[in-house]
Amino acid sequence: MLLYILRRVISAISVVIVTVVCSFLLFFAAPHDPAGVICGPKCTPERLKDITNSLNLDQPVVEQIGLYFKGIVVGRDYSAGGVTRHCDAPCLGYSYILGVPVTDLLARAVPVTLSIVIGGATIYLCFGVLIGTIAARVRGTTLDKAAVGTSLVIGSVPYFIVALVIALYATFLPKSQYVSFFENPFQWAAGLLAAWLCLGLTNSAQYTRYSRASMIEALGQDFTRTARSKGISERRVVYRHGLRAAMTPVITIFGVDVAYQLVNTIFTERIFQLPGLGTRIINAFNQYDLPVLMGGVIVGATVLVVMNLVVDILYTVLDPRVRLG
Amino acid sequence: MTEQTVRAPQTVTRAPRTRAEGEEAYLEVTDLHVQFPTADGRVQAVQGLSYSLPLRRTLAIVGESGSGKSVSSMAILGLHDRKSTWISGSIKVGGKEVVGMSEKDLMSYRGADAAMIFQDPQSSLHPFFTIGDQITESYRAHHNVSKRAAKARAVDMLGRVGIPNPSRRVDQYPHEFSGGMRQRAMIAMALVNDPKLLIADEPTTALDVTVQAQILDLIADLQRDFGSAVVFITHDLGVVAEIADDILVMYGGNAVEHGPVEKILGAPLHPYSWGLLESIPAVSGTPGPLHPIPGSPPSLLAMPSGCAFHPRCEFRDRVGGDLCRTLKPELIPRTADQGRTSRCHLKEPDKVFETEVLPRLP
Ligand SMILES: Nc1ncnc2c1ncn2[C@@H]1O[C@H](COP(=O)(O)OP(=O)(O)O)[C@@H](O)[C@H]1O
Ligand code: SF4
Ligand SMILES: [Mg+2]
Repeated sequence: MLLYILRRVISAISVVIVTVVCSFLLFFAAPHDPAGVICGPKCTPERLKDITNSLNLDQPVVEQIGLYFKGIVVGRDYSAGGVTRHCDAPCLGYSYILGVPVTDLLARAVPVTLSIVIGGATIYLCFGVLIGTIAARVRGTTLDKAAVGTSLVIGSVPYFIVALVIALYATFLPKSQYVSFFENPFQWAAGLLAAWLCLGLTNSAQYTRYSRASMIEALGQDFTRTARSKGISERRVVYRHGLRAAMTPVITIFGVDVAYQLVNTIFTERIFQLPGLGTRIINAFNQYDLPVLMGGVIVGATVLVVMNLVVDILYTVLDPRVRLG
Repeated sequence: MTEQTVRAPQTVTRAPRTRAEGEEAYLEVTDLHVQFPTADGRVQAVQGLSYSLPLRRTLAIVGESGSGKSVSSMAILGLHDRKSTWISGSIKVGGKEVVGMSEKDLMSYRGADAAMIFQDPQSSLHPFFTIGDQITESYRAHHNVSKRAAKARAVDMLGRVGIPNPSRRVDQYPHEFSGGMRQRAMIAMALVNDPKLLIADEPTTALDVTVQAQILDLIADLQRDFGSAVVFITHDLGVVAEIADDILVMYGGNAVEHGPVEKILGAPLHPYSWGLLESIPAVSGTPGPLHPIPGSPPSLLAMPSGCAFHPRCEFRDRVGGDLCRTLKPELIPRTADQGRTSRCHLKEPDKVFETEVLPRLP
């Protein structure tokens, strides 16, 4: 088991390293004039020199990558406007356009994105599983058909329409904003509520269908018949035996899905004006802020890889059959 | 309810038991019909099945697949979905009427009065709960005892069904057991509440031949120890000879022949039973030619008129007046022997068997 996890962690780290190298080559080695691009429209010759020097853009690519990794592991120095600044590990570079270290910028954005996704995902998982399970229990009835129909309708409405409807009509919701959880948990929740609802509503349809299908399958299994033959209550048959089996694939999908939500919250953040990762990356994109983009790529890749790892480990916990994987 | 006495295993060797007069039936099935309404019409899976079984006796139900063996026995435990199944007739177990029993009564009945083991122990055990967990759950459903006491009982049961090292195995998952051990665990689970009726639905079909024999022995031993009635479903006539006291032959949702095992295996009275005998390999073990019964089982949506077996029966023209096509035979004694019944119009079936069928048996 430990060996399995270790193996998976090592392979996860190598995936991130490969991603870093590839995006580095893409952003810094391939463009004609990365220094010029990073420097931005109001570029002065001194600034350009600063950038070229501190990013070692005049050196071979291999050297540059080496220094970049060194920055991630132990930190490094950047000079900007004649002043040399130290950038602590894990240093993901320095945004000359915004005048801040990329790590700081993203570190402020990550909690926002995390808050949005965790809240929204909790809503759609709970809601979807609940409705899906109930629908599976009463399958074929009007209630089941209503649940399936509603989820089909909701699932086929584009996300931004739902967002728009919430923004236009759900005016009774608190104003959308980001307040740190540690500052004020109530304001944190209130400010994110609209985004959560939007994310929760649109995705719960999909989870209703997953859960329903998975539950119907579980309830048709031989072990469900065995459970019934024991003389336990139908409730226990469904919610202990059925749900335990039905949730394993749903949780697996959920894990991977949350990872993608984390790197795809651009819509939600934009619509509800929350300063998360997506917003940062879009801004960086518009400004050709290569160091920030580079950092965003690394954070995104890490999130995906870590979540996949978490899902795999979770799966071994949920399904004893793969425990020795 | 918390009786936990361990019965000393009796050391009597197995002898064919004859039906004692007036022996009271523990299981009594009367005119059982089970139908499934489907888009194509009503699937008449069981059509007027009747039989009874006293304690300490084993009834083997045999018949081709699809003949209603599983459906009729699942009805005994009330396992059919009420909404999608239409059941009529009567099933009495220890005096309790199971047909139409309330959900609440079913809960205290299932597992305690009657329990079931299924064909495939791999899929019949929950893959995500430990063996001990699953046995304990059964026990605690009917006994108000602590988890610890229930687990001790589970370990005890695992030991009794011949699982080595039960106190360690109790915490393992089904996938850590071999097929035979899984079926033993399944048996331990079924017997944990000391039910007086055990239904085994092809419990050895999914197992290796060597393991099959062990499981059969185990069920026979446990039946003696627990003194229960056993319904043993199989399509393997070889198994029947080893384990059963009585045989019920099913065809197309109905019993066609019923009687003591040695009589029915030795000299059956129904042409369908003759076909079954002809279709098994020679008992001596020499691989002779197999003669599967020609034709196919009847459609349960549109049963043949008269005798359900008539489209496949080579003797139908022996019966005068086209009776086979027009009149459904009753399940009644057909010879001087009142202890066995058959659903066939044929006159003197014992003589027909002896002169025409016996010589061609492998
Ligand atoms: N839930 C159901 N709905 C419709 N048909 C069913 C259902 N369960 C069983 N049947 C049909 O009933 C017949 C008898 O099945 P079964 O008792 O399982 O046969 P077997 O004798 O092989 O155990 C089969 O034709 C089967 O297809
Ligand atoms: S009743 Fe007629 S058709 Fe049916 S088994 Fe007997 S002889 Fe054959
Ligand atoms: Mg069957």
